[in-house]
Amino acid sequence: MRIESPAAFAEFRKSAQAKLAQRRAEVLVCCGTGCLANGAAAVAEAFAATLDGSATEVKTFTKRTGCHGFCERGPLVVLRPAGILYTKVKPRDVKEIVDKTLKGGTVIPRLLYKEPTSGQRIEHYQEVPFYKHQTRVAMRRIGHIDPTDFEDAIAHGAYGGLVKALGMTPEEVLREVEISGLRGRGGAGFSTARKWRSCRNAKGERKFVLCNGDEGDPGAFKDRSIMEGDPHSVLEGMIIGGWAIGAHEGIIYVRDEYPLAVVNLTLAIQQARDAGLVGQNILGSGFAFDIRISRGGGAFVCGESSALMRSLEGKVGEPRAKYVHATDRGLYDLPTVLNNVETWADVGAILEHGGAWFAAMGTTKSKGTKAFSLVGKVKNTGLIELPMGMTLRQIIYDIGGGVLNDRPFKAVQTGGPSGGCVPEALLDLPVDYEKLTEAGSMMGSGGMIVMDDRTCMVDVARYFLKFLTEESCGKCVPCREGLHQMLAMFDDLVAGRGKPGDIERIERLSRGMQLGSLCELGKSAPNPVISTLRYFRDEYVAHLERRECPAGICRDLTTYEIMPETCDGCHACFKACPVEAITGKVKELHVIHQDKCIACGACYDACPTQAIRFLPKHQLAARGVA
Amino acid sequence: MSASCSVDLTPAEKVLERYPAEEASLIQVLQDVHRAYNYLPCEVLVRVAETLHVPLAKVFSVGTFYKAFSLTPQGRTIVKVCTGTACHIRGAVQLLDELCRQLNVEPGGTTPDLGFTVKTVNCVGACAMAPVLIVDETYYGNAAAAKVGKYLKGSGGKADAN
Ligand SMILES: Cc1cc2nc3c(=O)[nH]c(=O)nc-3n(C[C@H](O)[C@H](O)[C@H](O)COP(=O)(O)O)c2cc1C
Ligand code: SF4
Ligand code: FES
Repeated sequence: MRIESPAAFAEFRKSAQAKLAQRRAEVLVCCGTGCLANGAAAVAEAFAATLDGSATEVKTFTKRTGCHGFCERGPLVVLRPAGILYTKVKPRDVKEIVDKTLKGGTVIPRLLYKEPTSGQRIEHYQEVPFYKHQTRVAMRRIGHIDPTDFEDAIAHGAYGGLVKALGMTPEEVLREVEISGLRGRGGAGFSTARKWRSCRNAKGERKFVLCNGDEGDPGAFKDRSIMEGDPHSVLEGMIIGGWAIGAHEGIIYVRDEYPLAVVNLTLAIQQARDAGLVGQNILGSGFAFDIRISRGGGAFVCGESSALMRSLEGKVGEPRAKYVHATDRGLYDLPTVLNNVETWADVGAILEHGGAWFAAMGTTKSKGTKAFSLVGKVKNTGLIELPMGMTLRQIIYDIGGGVLNDRPFKAVQTGGPSGGCVPEALLDLPVDYEKLTEAGSMMGSGGMIVMDDRTCMVDVARYFLKFLTEESCGKCVPCREGLHQMLAMFDDLVAGRGKPGDIERIERLSRGMQLGSLCELGKSAPNPVISTLRYFRDEYVAHLERRECPAGICRDLTTYEIMPETCDGCHACFKACPVEAITGKVKELHVIHQDKCIACGACYDACPTQAIRFLPKHQLAARGVA
Repeated sequence: MSASCSVDLTPAEKVLERYPAEEASLIQVLQDVHRAYNYLPCEVLVRVAETLHVPLAKVFSVGTFYKAFSLTPQGRTIVKVCTGTACHIRGAVQLLDELCRQLNVEPGGTTPDLGFTVKTVNCVGACAMAPVLIVDETYYGNAAAAKVGKYLKGSGGKADAN
C-alpha cells in the first residue's frame, strides 16, 4: 500500500499503533547472533507453538527481535508490557513462563537476572545494571521490534524523522544536523554536517549517498546489529541525507559475512518501496530516492572510503590519495557522501527530536551517544550504547560488571587495528573522540575489548600486525613492506629471538609508516604497537632481554607445571589438555609431561585449585627438566 | 587449464544473464558464481571475462584480492574459527592450532579428500561465547581445544581424517 502524503503517513502510524495496543502482551525473544548461537530459535518456536493455541485467550504475540545486547545472559526473553526480563531461557522453560507469568501473573525467580554482589533477583530489564546506565539512540528500536515487520517499525517511530525532514528545506535539514554536532561513527569522527555541505555544494547533477556497512574491526558487531535489528533506521537516515545534499541514489555496502543483514535490509527496502518511502515522489513531496545493496568481497581495506568506492565499481579495493575529496569526486568520480551505519541510524532520531536534543547529550566536542561492543575478559559481554563522556571505569565496572573471574584489569583496547590499548591508570578517562586520541587510542567503529593479566600486550600488538599484514592492499611500500618487517620482528620477540635494538627499530619503522603510507590503514597500523610500547614497555623488555612472557601467553617462552602440594587430583586439567600431556588418576597427583606439552595454558585456566603455575621456559631448562 | 575443461558452464551463464555486461557487475557476478560452484573454476573466469568485456587479468586480480573467493574447490564441511580480537584473547589460537593439527591442514586449507576446509573469520558477533568455532551453520561457544574432535564428529565431512 502506497502512502501518498504526510497526513496519510500519520494515519497509517496511528492504525499501526492501535493494532499493537490490542495485543495484551508480547513475548520478545532476542534473535541476535549471540542468542541464536545459544539456541534462541528453538525458544521462539516453542513460544509460538505454545501461544498459538491460546493466542485468543491471552492475546499474546511472539516477536523475534534483533539483539537486546545482553549477549552474556542469552537467550533473552522480555515480556511486555510488564518489562520482565528472563535470562538463559531454554525451550523447556517456555511452558512454565506461559502458564505462570503470562496467564498466572507471577514471576519465575529462577529465570530472573541475579545481581552478583547482593544476590538479589531483578525483575524489570531497565533495572538491570547492564541496561540502567545506557541511553539508546542509534539502537532505539532494536529489541523492541520485529525487524521484518514494517508496521511494527512504523508504530515504534520509524520514518518520523523523514516526514519532518521532507517538510523542511534541505538547508534547514543541514542546519539541524549541524546543531546536533553529529560526528562520524565509523572511525575518524569527521563532522557529518560539514561532509554533507561539501557534497551539496559540489557541482554535478548526479550524486551518491553511501552507507558503510563493512564493519571490518575484528572485535566489533554494532553495525551488524543495527542492520539486522532495525534496517529501517538506516534507510531513513540515507533518504534524509539524500534530501539534504540533493542525491537520488543510495547504496549500502554490506560486509560479506553478514547474510542476515542483507536479507533484512533487502526486505526493508522492498517494504519501504511498496509504501512509497523509497522510489519516486516520496510521500507526495516530489523527491525521488532509491536504495540498493552491494555485498563486499571480504577485504578490511574496503572499509576505507576510497577503496570502498573502487569496490562498488567492481574493481580491486585499492585506496586513492586523499587530495581528491569524495564529496567532489567519489563513486564514478561523482560527488559522494559516505557515512557509517550508526551515523545514518542517528540521523532519523536527530530530525525527529531536533538537533538540540542530541547535542544535550555528550561532551563539549563529542555529542550524543555511541554504540560499542563490550567484549573480551569482561563479565557482561554485550552490545551497549551510552552518552559520550562516560568513563571507562563506569563502562567496564558498572555496565560490564568488572573483569571476568575477578582477575586484575590490565587494559582496554578501542579503535580496532587503528586504535590502541588504554591502561588501568587511565580508567577514569571520559570516553569521547578527543580523550581517546590523547590517550593514544581512538574511538574507531566501536569495539571495546577488555584485557586482564592473562593477556600479553606484545601478543596483542602482534595480533593486529598479523591482521593488517594480511589485509594491506599492497599498493604502497611503507605499509606493505613495513608491516611485513615489523611482523617479522614481533615473531622473533614472542619466540625469544629478539635482538638488541629491536624496540628502537620498531619505533623507527612505526614513524616511517605513519609518514609514508598512502592511506589510513598504513598510517594508523603502528598505533597498537606505539600504544602498547607507551604503557607496557616493560613487557617488551621482558620478552627481549629476559626471554620471558610475564602473562604466560607466548608459548615459546612459557612452561606449565603442577604444584604437588596444592593438586587434589580433581582431573580437570587432564580433561582440558588437548594433547594428552597430563597423566594422573582421580584423587591422585597429576603430572605435566614437558615433552608433550604445547604450553597452551588450557590446564591453567581449568584448574579450580590454582595448583598449576606458569614459569619462564629458561628456568625449567636451568633445572635440567627440558 | 584445458586439463579440467569438464566444468559445466550453465550455472555461470544463468548468473551472467542477470547482470548488465559491464565491469561494475564483476564482484556481484563472482559472488553468485562462487555460490553456484563453491569456488571459482578457471573456465568460468574466462567466460565471465568474455561476457563482461573485462580483461581476464582483471578478473583474476579481483578473484584473488577478495577473501570471499577461492580458486580451489572447497571442502564439503566448512569449519570456521573466529579469530576476532575477543576470541583471540580467549584462546582462538590454541583452538585453531588444534583443529589444523587434527585435520592436518593449514588455516585456509582443505583436506585432500575434500572433507573439510578450515577458515578463519573475524568477529561473528558472538563474543559473549568466545572463543567461537563454527561447523557449517552450528556455533560452538566457549570452544575448547580438547573438544575439537567432538565438534567435528557428526558433521558431513568425516571427522577421522588424521
Ligand atoms: C582501513 C580502514 C578501514 C575502515 N573500515 C571502516 C568500516 O568498516 N566501517 C566504517 O564505517 N568505516 C570504516 N572506515 C572509515 C571510513 O573510511 C570512513 O571514514 C567512514 O565510513 C565515514 O563514515 P562516518 O563519517 O559516518 O564515520 C575505515 C577506514 C580505514 C582507513
Ligand atoms: S597504506 Fe596500505 S592499505 Fe593503504 S594504500 Fe598503502 S598498501 Fe594499501
Ligand atoms: S571476536 Fe569472535 S565472535 Fe567476536
